[in-house]
Amino acid sequence: MSALLSTRALSKSFAGLRAVHEVDFDLEPGEIRALIGPNGAGKTTFVSMLIGRVAPTSGAIVFDGRDITRLPAHARVRLGMAYTFQITSVFARLDVAENVALAARRRLGGDRAAVARETAAVLERVGLGAHAGALAGDLSYGHQRLVELAMGLAQTPRLLILDEPTQGLAEGEIAAFRRLIRDLAAQTTILLIEHNMGVVMALADRITVLDFGEVLAEGSPAEIHASATVQAAYLGTGADA
Amino acid sequence: MTARILALHGGLLALLPALHFLLPVYHHGNLARIMVLACYAIGYNLLFGYTGLLSLGHAMFFAAGMYGMGMALYHLGLGAELAFLAGIAAAGGLALVVGLLALRTVGVAFMIVTLMFSQAFYLAILLAARWTRGDEGLVLAGADRVLFGLDLTDPDIRFLLALGLFALCLSATLWLVRRPFGRVLVAIRENPERAELLGYDIFRHKLAAVVMSGLFSGAAGAAYGLMFGYVGASFAEVHFSIFPLLWVLLGGAGTVIGPFFGVLFMFYLIDISSGLTPAYMLVAGVALVLLTLFAPQGLMGEVRRRWLRWLP
Repeated sequence: MSALLSTRALSKSFAGLRAVHEVDFDLEPGEIRALIGPNGAGKTTFVSMLIGRVAPTSGAIVFDGRDITRLPAHARVRLGMAYTFQITSVFARLDVAENVALAARRRLGGDRAAVARETAAVLERVGLGAHAGALAGDLSYGHQRLVELAMGLAQTPRLLILDEPTQGLAEGEIAAFRRLIRDLAAQTTILLIEHNMGVVMALADRITVLDFGEVLAEGSPAEIHASATVQAAYLGTGADA
Repeated sequence: MTARILALHGGLLALLPALHFLLPVYHHGNLARIMVLACYAIGYNLLFGYTGLLSLGHAMFFAAGMYGMGMALYHLGLGAELAFLAGIAAAGGLALVVGLLALRTVGVAFMIVTLMFSQAFYLAILLAARWTRGDEGLVLAGADRVLFGLDLTDPDIRFLLALGLFALCLSATLWLVRRPFGRVLVAIRENPERAELLGYDIFRHKLAAVVMSGLFSGAAGAAYGLMFGYVGASFAEVHFSIFPLLWVLLGGAGTVIGPFFGVLFMFYLIDISSGLTPAYMLVAGVALVLLTLFAPQGLMGEVRRRWLRWLP
């Protein structure tokens, strides 16, 4: 099995409510995978289990051949997973450079010069070079989303999980974000939870559709676009089970 | 950047020995006391100011250092040097155990749990009167209070040793908070969930912070007992847990030199106001309220906000 990340029969129930139900999922190294689905489909619960913020009720998660189902979140990050929050979660009272340096330092340790170099390079890459000294909390919303992304990049993860990264961004910012993600795909595998179908169709190699906590469909953007079941789930034309 | 940080902290440490020769006897004695208490405040600040954990039970660590030293000296007849180390070890051990249990909680629950442990520790001191002499405490004989041949009954020796300990604690914290480890503590204070998802083990970092905070507090307690020759249960009472919180809040939480100025300010606030009126706590209270209103980040926090953004 060559998948970078797999889940087997992964499930999560909240007080009897099945948020995610027996999901089998395989992510190949190097791909950009989009995870889509209507609101409440279980997307965020699913990725929260992948990164370790939520414990699964049953099932297994394997990353790079290793069962990580019981590992705490920080240990998964150390194995090469990175996660950017749906609701921006930066260190608001620390400056932008320190936010990114915290991400880089875990890998580079006490080598100040290397951390400073990496921080500057990542900030330049996401276009925040001019804001390095500003407090993260003083930045505009769009720029804070970029700080999130920069923190993800500075970890040089093997798998980058982006939870609705373009939510609340302006059109121009989304275009720049798309270029950045495409650029990144050469170095890392990306799992993208996204509502903006324009972004999904333009970026994803494959798309997985979740609905009512189960995988409804999986395929190339063209296949998903043409799928009647997916359209039914989104538009609600299918008869309710 | 590094140069001015070294200049500021080194400047403070260079000023204090000069005061040794300049201060009148009364203030000379006060400053020795303030420097030892500042070590306690520095320990508290590491946990509260840098890691964001508010403990209401630090008196147990101060007292563990004091009793660990005092009982080793009084009952076991160890020399002052070994007794001092025994005090620090006792505080560190207690901090490790309390940390392992209390860190299962956060926020208000953490405050309550530390308060409870500290009260239990205080009651244990009273109950173990056979060894601790309960309320009376242990009075250490002058002949026992000799550290590396230096007689601690001599005020000059006391001042210089207090200065030595303070210099050590201040430098250690300055070094610590600028290392990656210290930066992670700040990250945990600011946003623990994000820090965890950057791959940092939050629990282990917090536990290390509790233990180090306990070691500083215990060193201060052991030194205080040795210098002033008395080991008493009043140092384990709840107000002795509140003092470091006030000192750190006044001096500036999360600044390296803030705790010293917090202790200095409050010591003299009470000293001066008690000379003016029997209602000195009222004067002290009003001063505290004013400071909280107009400098909510404490003295050094305000200095950092207004002028010295680079202050560590």
